[in-house]
Amino acid sequence: MKPIIELSKVNFKYQEDDERQALTDVSLNVYEGEWLAVIGHNGSGKSTLAKTINGLIVPSSGDVVVEGLPMNEENVWNIRKKIGMVFQNPDNQFVGSTVEDDVAFGLENHGIPREDMLRIVKESLEKVRMTDFAKKEPVRLSGGQKQRVAIAGVVALSPDVIILDEATSMLDPEGRMEVIKTIQEIRDEKNITVISITHDIDEAANATRVLVMREGRVFKDGLPEEIFSAGQDLIEMGLDLPFPEKLKMEMRAQGMDVPADYMSEERMVEWLWTSALNK
Amino acid sequence: MTDKLIFGRYMPGDSVIHRMDPRTKLLCSFYFIGIIFLCNNFASYALMFAFTLMAIFLSKVDLKFFIRGVKPMIWLILFTVILQLFFTQGGKVYWQWGVFSLTEFGVQNALFIFCRFVLIIFMSTLLTLTTPPLSLSDAIEALLRPLKVIKFPAHEVSLMLSIALRFVPTLMDETEKIMNAQRARGVDFNDGNLMDKMKAIVPLLIPLFISSFNRAEELATAMEARGYQGGDGRTKYRQLKWEMRDTVCVLVFALLTVALIFLRK
Repeated sequence: MKPIIELSKVNFKYQEDDERQALTDVSLNVYEGEWLAVIGHNGSGKSTLAKTINGLIVPSSGDVVVEGLPMNEENVWNIRKKIGMVFQNPDNQFVGSTVEDDVAFGLENHGIPREDMLRIVKESLEKVRMTDFAKKEPVRLSGGQKQRVAIAGVVALSPDVIILDEATSMLDPEGRMEVIKTIQEIRDEKNITVISITHDIDEAANATRVLVMREGRVFKDGLPEEIFSAGQDLIEMGLDLPFPEKLKMEMRAQGMDVPADYMSEERMVEWLWTSALNK
Repeated sequence: MTDKLIFGRYMPGDSVIHRMDPRTKLLCSFYFIGIIFLCNNFASYALMFAFTLMAIFLSKVDLKFFIRGVKPMIWLILFTVILQLFFTQGGKVYWQWGVFSLTEFGVQNALFIFCRFVLIIFMSTLLTLTTPPLSLSDAIEALLRPLKVIKFPAHEVSLMLSIALRFVPTLMDETEKIMNAQRARGVDFNDGNLMDKMKAIVPLLIPLFISSFNRAEELATAMEARGYQGGDGRTKYRQLKWEMRDTVCVLVFALLTVALIFLRK
């Protein structure tokens, strides 16, 4: 399978005289249809990585290729058309004065004729279940609703890749669930690749692949099962564990015998009740 | 905070005036302020009042909102009116004391000035009460567009205007949050003399400025990520439509001008 995004040996420094590089020798392939979760503590280069992918940051060395297009001045706008980004702060990415204006903003930028815009805006709002709010102003919306509008704005452009740059970190658990559910539905429908930069370990546990960043380098890259079974390592790095793994650790501390391999919530439940039966 | 201000506030509604093109409304309001200076006798002011009251009636907004709109300006109006009243010379003299005099022309002028103020405030309040800020910024953009010929950045100005409008409530919220946070840490915003009050503003102003810079940075990044490359080659989602009622409005204004010129002596 051909990767949709290829990064090879990417290096980046914010300032010339910075001692530490924000990204060091990052090489990464992302394949079509993947849900890639990028985790790591603050300052590990996660957000910088996201900005490199859609050309908001130009690496000092190394290559970025998106769908066969090498990132350069000529291609950058075409690449941005293929990659939609949802940022952290719901207020600071709301450009339009009302919900529908905000969804239309990206379409306006790409010179889509007005008749098409009216249709696409309506469809996109339906997808994120915000149709009733089309005429509302941002002050009247909750954080989760604003993030859903941001997703609608991205979906309107029908990108191949959606990058969530800590898109749920300022939301309450309910808003977070809503946003993730919306993204999952859209992904199932259109087979979009999702790159999710997150501190929410449970969200990462549901990804198809997890990338752990540390001090600007790719520290680990693998299936969630592989990453999270290395429990102690992650905790030493200051990262959290998914709930079933935490439970396993506690049980082990109590002297119980638990399997070493990673378990999702469902498998954990299954194991718990079968092990109780076997006793 | 926003609820106390009548000026610049929008009252949702569905009257003829509400549905009019914002461009017409904006231009006509300016035009109205221009032709009010044509009035120079009681008949012409009466006509203007009749016209304004009719417009207010058509807008179906309660008259008390307009009167409330005059209130914040009342001291300025009274000040001007009193100056006119006591310092204008000419005509029959009713009363005199030193430099102060109450004359026929003085009373007349004072009355006219009062009417002029009230009419202008009524008309501009009518504009803001019946037009959402958003449509106003659309109108301003549409009206600025011809200026592109002389290299005026019409798109940029209108984008700044609409972003500014969109962020007013957000920043108001934030101001209140910072104020409360500083109050919780012992900053007193109300007491003390002028100097103390000014000093108390600093811990409010600096965080507000810094957070605005951060907002601007993030907003610019988000805009770029969504393909914003400046005004060229953009299409527009909202569109203004000129309709029959706008033509009628312009005709009414033309008639009004003719009538005023005729009434003028």
